[in-house]
Amino acid sequence: MNPYARRRLVNMTVLSLSLAATAIGIIWLAAILWTLLENGIAALDVDFFTLDTPGSGSDGGGLRNAIFGSLIMTALGTFVGAPIGILAGTFLAEFGRGNPLAPAVRFINDILLSAPSIIVGVFVYEAMVLRMGHYSAWAGAVALGIIVIPVVIRTTENMLNLVPGSLREAAFALGTPKWKVIVFITYRAAMQGMLTGVLLAVARVSGETAPLLFTVVNNQFWQGVAMDAQMANLPVVIFQFAMSPDHNWQRLAWGGALVITFAILILNISARLLANLRGFSK
Amino acid sequence: MVDAVIRESGIGTRGRALDVVFRAATFFFAILVLVILFGIVAALIDGALPALKQFGFAFIVDSSWDPVKQIFGAFPAIYGTLITSFIAMLIGIPLAFGIAIFITELCPPWLKRPIGTLIELLAAIPSIIYGIWGLFVLAPMLQSHVQPFLVETLGAIPLIGFLFEGAPLGVGMLTAGIILSIMVLPFITSVMRDVFETVPTVLKESAYGIGATTFEVVWNIVLPYTRTGVIGGVMLGLGRALGETMAVTFVIGNSHQFMTSLLAPGTTISATLANEFSEADTPIYLSVMFALGLILSVITLLVLAAAKFMLSRMERQGGS
Repeated sequence: MNPYARRRLVNMTVLSLSLAATAIGIIWLAAILWTLLENGIAALDVDFFTLDTPGSGSDGGGLRNAIFGSLIMTALGTFVGAPIGILAGTFLAEFGRGNPLAPAVRFINDILLSAPSIIVGVFVYEAMVLRMGHYSAWAGAVALGIIVIPVVIRTTENMLNLVPGSLREAAFALGTPKWKVIVFITYRAAMQGMLTGVLLAVARVSGETAPLLFTVVNNQFWQGVAMDAQMANLPVVIFQFAMSPDHNWQRLAWGGALVITFAILILNISARLLANLRGFSK
Repeated sequence: MVDAVIRESGIGTRGRALDVVFRAATFFFAILVLVILFGIVAALIDGALPALKQFGFAFIVDSSWDPVKQIFGAFPAIYGTLITSFIAMLIGIPLAFGIAIFITELCPPWLKRPIGTLIELLAAIPSIIYGIWGLFVLAPMLQSHVQPFLVETLGAIPLIGFLFEGAPLGVGMLTAGIILSIMVLPFITSVMRDVFETVPTVLKESAYGIGATTFEVVWNIVLPYTRTGVIGGVMLGLGRALGETMAVTFVIGNSHQFMTSLLAPGTTISATLANEFSEADTPIYLSVMFALGLILSVITLLVLAAAKFMLSRMERQGGS
């Protein structure tokens, strides 16, 4: 084979392999979603959303308490974490220049962004559960909040940096104090981008299981908003039910898995659409 | 500059006071990030001390695990963590590289965003879903179709045979590694894509101009130009793989017995924490959990710091 034909052959092989790699990635995604639909859709009836988690060995039941608990803790975690993240991100974007601490914060934040979430669970166990003496929904919400913070910091800083400097300068020229410029001009211009960041953070924490395993644990019963006690939550229920040999539990686990995954995908895709609206694409 | 002009003009002193408050608030929460990391490390060290005192350095190399007799060694968990992540990298890096080549060099422009988004959605799927899927779909499939084949072929080769011996159980280190490889795929791909896009077009066009094929351009121009960034992306993926918890917990088999075969069940640090933390009923058992958490943190934080360092070097290079 002459060198030219050989080079073309190598090229074609590598390009075909790269096409195959892409196909594998997409097929894998499709396979997971298909399995969820196939196994989960049968569990989704009225009972699923209106009844609480059944005991082992019993029939029927639903995941009302778990869905409710997840919503509460995710909401609380976001309400605590998002404002902290937005303010810290504001510091990095608006006041960070020339401050020696800013690069350190940025560096540490990027590490926290990828750090194992189970470590956050261990930390909250030591910091809250041991001190309070019992598992609680508060501890779970705090753990989720800690995971929200770095996500929001990163997107907030990026989005604020996209706001053109001339906009700020125009406001400064009118004698506006800096806090007013940031709150009423920069935030408003970057609103959609920052909201995207918060949505992505919500999507990220709503599936988090590891930080909840030994902070809120689980609760078989409906206890409303009893935050000072163990609370049922979707990820831990899915974990326990899927790992058990009980068929009814497994059925509910698949249903829960389907609900949580599609909720997260919808959140994720709407966050992306929102970001694209104003051209804040990646 | 603008600040100085405004300050000298002396207008709106109330606004200035609020400025100070606002700035202080943002500064406080930015510092909170440092405090969180410091707090995490401090809490882990504090919790781990009793175990580290009792078992010493042997904790890392010892492979006995007996909660009843209160004897603990972390070696199988550390080994499992490293091996599963290594398998994940072995499969994940070539796949991510292929996808990044496809998206940056081959894909028609209108398809770039949809395909890129689909791959990124792999990162949105919660870890626990990968776990369920791995346990109920992938593990049975590997058990009946792939593992017997591996035992017969690779298991019979002298030097590496010990990696592929034993009964095909479905769950085990290999399964965990495969699941991890798909989970880290979007993270590595996204970094590779980003850094590939930073290669100046003129460099690539010069190579195409002298007759290089697409593969030769990628291999000889794009890859050397983006080497730091690519390694950074791989390290980022590795950091994720090392700390991944739920997916691994489902498919690893959770056995503290040290086995060399990749088909055998094992455990990782994170899977041990997920399974046993709430069962740790004695002070020393609990302290062992903290010690495992500390080891995992040290490993992942170092890997992630290296990743971040390389990516920021790449950014500076791209900016110049």
